Amino acid sequence: MDMSFKKLNIICGHYGSGKTNIAVNLALKAKALFPHKTVRIADYDIVNPYFRAADNKKLLTDAGIVVSVPQFANSNVDIPVVPHMLGSMIEDSDDSISFVDLGGDDGAVAIGMFSDKINQDNCDMFYVVNKYRPLISAPEDAVWFMREIENAARLKCTMVINNSSLGEETAFEDIFSSVEYGKKCAENAGLPLFAHTYCENYVPDFEEKIRGTKYSREPFIGIRDITKKLF
Amino acid sequence: MSNKVLMKGNEAIAEAAIKSGCLYFFGYPITPQTEISEYMAKRMPKVGGLCLQAESEVAAINMLMGASAAGSRAMTSSSSPGISLKSEGISYIAGCDLPCLIVNVQRGGPGLGGIQPSQSDYYQATRGVGHGDLRILVLAPSSVQEMASLTAEAFDLADEYRMPAMLLADGALGQMMEPVDFSVFPKRELAPKTWATNGLKNHEGKKNIINSLFIDPNELENSVIERYKRYDIVEEKEVRYEEYLTDDADIVLVAFGITARICKSAVTELRNQGIKAGLLRPVTLWPYPKKIISKLADHAKAFISVEMSMGQMVDDVRLAVNGKRPVYFFGRTGGIIPSVEEVICETTKISETL
Repeated sequence: MDMSFKKLNIICGHYGSGKTNIAVNLALKAKALFPHKTVRIADYDIVNPYFRAADNKKLLTDAGIVVSVPQFANSNVDIPVVPHMLGSMIEDSDDSISFVDLGGDDGAVAIGMFSDKINQDNCDMFYVVNKYRPLISAPEDAVWFMREIENAARLKCTMVINNSSLGEETAFEDIFSSVEYGKKCAENAGLPLFAHTYCENYVPDFEEKIRGTKYSREPFIGIRDITKKLF
Repeated sequence: MSNKVLMKGNEAIAEAAIKSGCLYFFGYPITPQTEISEYMAKRMPKVGGLCLQAESEVAAINMLMGASAAGSRAMTSSSSPGISLKSEGISYIAGCDLPCLIVNVQRGGPGLGGIQPSQSDYYQATRGVGHGDLRILVLAPSSVQEMASLTAEAFDLADEYRMPAMLLADGALGQMMEPVDFSVFPKRELAPKTWATNGLKNHEGKKNIINSLFIDPNELENSVIERYKRYDIVEEKEVRYEEYLTDDADIVLVAFGITARICKSAVTELRNQGIKAGLLRPVTLWPYPKKIISKLADHAKAFISVEMSMGQMVDDVRLAVNGKRPVYFFGRTGGIIPSVEEVICETTKISETL
């Protein structure tokens, strides 16, 4: 699918819906599409110090992406602070594409204090959903969480990303059967659907399999699972 | 298409508890287990249960004691420093013969320590969880699926033997996400709680008293001896473990929890390199799988206990091996997770000396 990005792209969602994975993958795609532009990513996850964009600093830096993480991320003095650089991310004269990885649920409050400085015309806020996360497995519940996040962030979501996945165990059928869910979430939220995702690591033959099915024209994007592996 | 859902370990514990009929949760926030409280806060009102954020860990454990005394399934959860605070209450609950579930999602210690994962509360859980002669059941999950299934099992075990059960997890298991299937839990047939202090109408003519104070030392000794007879039955009947390629193993890695996952990958790779390694994973840390380790010591030439601590479970491996074979230790601590490569390297070094 064709992709274009606004200047500021905020990724939000329920815990474990795959926000970090989406933020990192979209930043990598943006840099690949617009190599001449400055692409930034900021880790605004003030909630949880375990799995976060800061884990992927090397991968991102190697790809030429500017990474902003809390100064003490992943250390024993990891405390809830917001990283610097938001100024340049929302500065209108700056020709760049930025991605912000918010914390789950009301962790979105971290961006709320800047909401009046953000030009919403030049900003997308992507709401990530995953059918296999029990608390948002019903589209109406997913929309309830979205409203909570919007309140905390004091910003409105503009697009929905269907990131339905069971991690390493995801099969083609799991993604295929989540398409209606993704569409329903977007419809209930009154927002356009940006894309459905599939993980290239786990379903490498996805494109081949989706061809000729009733969903062949749906907007799918292939992403990589960049979650750190312990074993 | 699967029936599985994708969950964090912490959430899986909370959902499994609710599915097991737990209606009372008393918590106090601490990283890395706070998602348990958060999940309970969202779900408990929907199932007619109660999620209460207490004013402290000490308050939470005593609320748990009250709910359990009244015959309800109840739980609390915390992480290492919080479990130390609960210690007095756990001893009282054990002294009162009350069933309950205590979850410890361990982090680095001692003291305030850190917020990254650890297994350095092994001694505390299996030896010194409270004052007095007491044991508690200790179960060690090693996947998000087991965070759920062992939560269910822990409630049943606690009820069957009228004793506290602890789920001993760690920050990595609490935070990582894996698919979970909730449709596969076995359930035990349990006797009704005729001992509960839930009103005279439930046990006419007989006043139930729940108490851990005995002024007469003979009476206290008898109550402790009776309890230890129950502990003997637990040790006889409730030991759980998993073996991986131990049949012909020259060197057996012993590891629990997240460390066992790392060791399993290491064993697979060591086998590819021609080293006959195997893995013994204790699922119950108390009762400890002593007999199987002793049996493995008949053919295995050496054991390595791999832990996220300075070496605690290694004592139980040594007791079980009883001098028949050398027992080595490898571990990282302070919140560092040992890598598969480190475990391979340590095992290779030891296997070269055999």
